[in-house]
Amino acid sequence: MIDLIEQAQLLPAFFLTIQLALWSAAFALILGTVIAILRLAPVGVLNALGASYVTLVRNTPLTLIVVACSLVLWGQLGIEPASRRLPDGSGNPDFISSLNFRLGVIGLSIYHAAFVCEAIRSGVNTIPLGQAEAARSIGLTFPQSLREVILPQAFRGAITPLGNVLIALVKNTTVVAAIGVFETAYRMRWIAEFRPADLMPGFALVALGFVILTLPLGLLVSHLSQRLAVKR
Amino acid sequence: MTDTPAAARRTPDRPLVVLENVNKHFGELHVLKDINLTVHEGEVVVVIGPSGSGKSTLCRTINRLETFESGRIAINGTELPDEGKELARLRADVGMVFQSFNLFAHKTILENVTLGPMKVRGMKPAAAKEHAMELLTRVGVDHQASKYPAQLSGGQQQRVAIARSLAMEPTVMLFDEPTSALDPEMINEVLDVMTELARSGMTMVVVTHEMGFARKAADRVVFMSDGAIVEENTPEQFFTNAQSARAKDFLGKILTH
Repeated sequence: MIDLIEQAQLLPAFFLTIQLALWSAAFALILGTVIAILRLAPVGVLNALGASYVTLVRNTPLTLIVVACSLVLWGQLGIEPASRRLPDGSGNPDFISSLNFRLGVIGLSIYHAAFVCEAIRSGVNTIPLGQAEAARSIGLTFPQSLREVILPQAFRGAITPLGNVLIALVKNTTVVAAIGVFETAYRMRWIAEFRPADLMPGFALVALGFVILTLPLGLLVSHLSQRLAVKR
Repeated sequence: MTDTPAAARRTPDRPLVVLENVNKHFGELHVLKDINLTVHEGEVVVVIGPSGSGKSTLCRTINRLETFESGRIAINGTELPDEGKELARLRADVGMVFQSFNLFAHKTILENVTLGPMKVRGMKPAAAKEHAMELLTRVGVDHQASKYPAQLSGGQQQRVAIARSLAMEPTVMLFDEPTSALDPEMINEVLDVMTELARSGMTMVVVTHEMGFARKAADRVVFMSDGAIVEENTPEQFFTNAQSARAKDFLGKILTH
């Protein structure tokens, strides 16, 4: 068992999964919040823009988005989110792996931002209309009332759906195996190919690994959603 | 506190809130019909009328929480601008107290009162806090400053809401049925604060069902029915000698109990 974990490089693979999840979660949260603000703004064009993003991205398979990041964003458009050279001018030996990693993060962020946006919107729906009216009536501008009154309450009301998005994101990181990021699902394939006799324990180990990642997340989310709930 | 006659403490009839031919529809329903109303500096106008008569809508239209289709509304000589920074600036000068208090649920009582002065007026935190504590003392909830709204009674929350509006040093204050959501025993503590405010010379538009407050604190009573202003008079005249049949009928129904 130990030697399977070592040979299949499962520990570094899981470490990569965690890194993918953290970066993607951070960017998805930022992008999703921006899109939610677009959808809440009192400007029709921005609403339409936000709604189109969500409709388009939410209904596109993640695999498609991730592969498109690699083949279109990088392959066709030449957008290269990693450097071929190190600061001292020598060639970057990790160019391909960091390029694939970052393209993967971009794909995951784009995809999950749509769900983050909808989670935040569901949080906004927990806020009574009077809160925004009170904010406006003391003279706060729209951006001020978003920052001071609406978003802080929306995030607290959205912790459970945001947690669900985060848990889904952790598991969805496996999709970036398709563009050559050597994370857990990629290693699964290695086991299937080179250690077929250990397929069952291999599956079990990886499944266990994901449970270890997501179970505490779930507990943390339900703890936070109770602790931070806005009392009305 | 003395009962100065309202007319005596009023500065020479400077119009502060002016509504001219204001019309508003909710779909088919004509909720404000050609409303003309002028509120002078220092005046306390109480708007009464049956449910659905448009009095709350009138109150909310004055600071444009409700839009209107035609007519004009001016506050302190400035016509209400469309949504945007200009409107926000004007709203800062118009205090609003809601039926359901609407204190910011995620902020403490003190933060509720300091938010506007700090973000809108650019006041320093220390000065805003000091001013807020004075106002909270004035409305009698200073000892609750670090609590959250949900921990306070309705009457206390509404008094904080009044303090929150006062913190902006408004030129006029609007009250939209401020006691309608309160338990009976808490109504008076809020009305007392409002009466004190009226006596201090604050310009007020108050939508209420509290006839006692209207008699005691109002300079003028405006009676609305079916979206129109039916009658305006001094409280004395209105309650003892209503002119319109609609007002007589309304008073007959509420004053006999």
